[in-house]
Amino acid sequence: MPASFFHPGGEMMAENRENKTRFFHSVTLDKDLCVGCTNCIKRCPTQAIRVRDGQAWIISERCIDCGECVRVCPHHAKKARHDELSVLEDYRYRVALPAPALYGQFNHLDDIDFVLNGLKAMGFDDVFEVARGAEIVSDATRQLLMDGKLKKPVISSACPAVVRLIRVRFPDLCEHVLPLKAPMEVAAMLARKAAVEKTGLSPEEIGIFFLSPCAAKVTDVKVPIGVERSNVDGVLAISDIYPRLVSKMNKLAEQKALEPLAHSGIIGVGWSSIGGEAAGLLNENHLAADGIDNVIKVLEELEDEKLQELDFIELNACAGGCVGGIFAAENGYVARARIQRLRKYLPVSCSRMEDAGSMDSLEWTQPLEFAPVMKLAENVEDAMRLMAEIDEICERLPQLDCGSCGAPTCRALAEDIVRGLARENDCIFRMRRQIQDIASQLSRIDSGLRGEESIRYRWQKNGGNAGQEGK
Amino acid sequence: MNIKLHYDVPGDDFTRAGEASGLVKRKLKQLGFEPDVVRRVAIAMYEGEINMVIHAGGGEADVEILPDRVTVVLTDHGPGIPDVEQAMQEGWSTAPDNVRSLGFGAGMGLPNIKKYSDTLEIDTKVGEGTALTMTILVKG
Ligand SMILES: Nc1ncnc2c1ncn2[C@@H]1O[C@H](COP(=O)(O)OP(=O)(O)O)[C@@H](O)[C@H]1O
Ligand SMILES: [Mg+2]
Repeated sequence: MPASFFHPGGEMMAENRENKTRFFHSVTLDKDLCVGCTNCIKRCPTQAIRVRDGQAWIISERCIDCGECVRVCPHHAKKARHDELSVLEDYRYRVALPAPALYGQFNHLDDIDFVLNGLKAMGFDDVFEVARGAEIVSDATRQLLMDGKLKKPVISSACPAVVRLIRVRFPDLCEHVLPLKAPMEVAAMLARKAAVEKTGLSPEEIGIFFLSPCAAKVTDVKVPIGVERSNVDGVLAISDIYPRLVSKMNKLAEQKALEPLAHSGIIGVGWSSIGGEAAGLLNENHLAADGIDNVIKVLEELEDEKLQELDFIELNACAGGCVGGIFAAENGYVARARIQRLRKYLPVSCSRMEDAGSMDSLEWTQPLEFAPVMKLAENVEDAMRLMAEIDEICERLPQLDCGSCGAPTCRALAEDIVRGLARENDCIFRMRRQIQDIASQLSRIDSGLRGEESIRYRWQKNGGNAGQEGK
Repeated sequence: MNIKLHYDVPGDDFTRAGEASGLVKRKLKQLGFEPDVVRRVAIAMYEGEINMVIHAGGGEADVEILPDRVTVVLTDHGPGIPDVEQAMQEGWSTAPDNVRSLGFGAGMGLPNIKKYSDTLEIDTKVGEGTALTMTILVKG
């Protein structure tokens, strides 16, 4: 493995031009703020971060953009990139695609139309709710489950961090992942079509902007999985547009008439929090888990074929679901409670598969393929040899998993050593032992030179003074 | 002057439940009814409509709008309600599990209909069906 295996987050693209898009990540590092502490390396679910020379480095191939490091960094050195509002200027007709999680960000909101009208007041020419896309995906999923064509249990493909996690860590589960476009993609496709019909402009003149609670969606738009190219032109962070939107909404509250724009039901809005997608299947035989650690536990159980009796598994990397995303403005649990109230008297669903034309237009065009980024070597023999080396090195390491070496665990350090990316002395315990060895060697040489007996210092318990003792 | 509306509420597609009351709500808003009246009609009719879909395999909704009142009649040919008094109790529910995760089955539907309407009539016979007539008055 070449040394360029480690890319510093912020500059990886400049360093690796031919892989420019392939390794794009929303999650990056601000070198000026990073002090080289070990909080992020310990939290990363794919062991994608190392500290080298006092700075965190992100192993690009392994990063799934879950945002855990952004959450945990006490120095705010981990950041998630997103587009700025100024991208709207590049397009003649701009459509906002609000994630349903947006509806949970406002106190005292009792009508989704306030949010949608507020977006138009902010400068968008039209809105298309992602909740509509979600209801279409729910309908399509119900059909596919009924037709019995999917490999069960079916794993939801809506959370881009989960799909990426499966891709790098769970090869056997790739074919269980629901091969349907995510609600954002479906909404974007339909929004562009509707805008072209309405305006007569060409598709390129129309800008489609996802209003996102989620950093992984930024990556998902630049480097999509399942489709060749995303229909979304820009991803704006909810937290970024929030102040402007709230002030527009407050102005709307003074006037009376709102344009009736909302077109989503209980199912679509429910996708914003954990359990929402599964509930939309109207099938009790499902499981929903949130938070990256819980997600991993469920995936491990699935890998061991322990959950075969279930039809559907909904997994969200963020605690609480999308409302818990790092671009949300409000606490995810507060947002979830508000959404529960807000959706109460909505129709069960307002959109269905026919609104998208056909099942074909919803299906992935590219299969999910395992990306063996954790693999030790190209062939099994080499990998076995390396594994033996790793085990051997591991034996010599203290098994404290302290992170001081810059790797998240002793085993990860051993792997890095075998890959030629670290040395055993990066372990401070190994280093100390070696210094001790050298020191005692020196003193032996010294006493040998002087022809004296070796001396040992000892603290006396009661006297408190150091005494000397012949050996 | 009155407006009469009629809706079929299909029983075989749960995802369509709530559509009819949504349309009525939109109409009332457009007609300029007080927000409180719109809300009461919308919620009472919504609960009755959902009940027809969940418990009775669908039915029909007839709405009559007058300047001083809105009357909603919901008729189904479902199993009927054997014990209306029990059904009216807060929290009593026979809803199936698969709709509970969407927030239904709290047993608050009938109590809410009673709370939000000015008059409520329940005409039900086991094995034949149920008819709910609710009237919401515009107080002035
Ligand atoms: N149209 C109906 N046909 C048959 N049974 C009904 C109907 N409406 C209500 N019920 C019965 O009354 C119960 C209480 O209704 P409701 O208060 O709306 O609560 P929920 O719908 O949450 O169960 C229902 O669980 C059902 O047993
Ligand atoms: Mg009910």
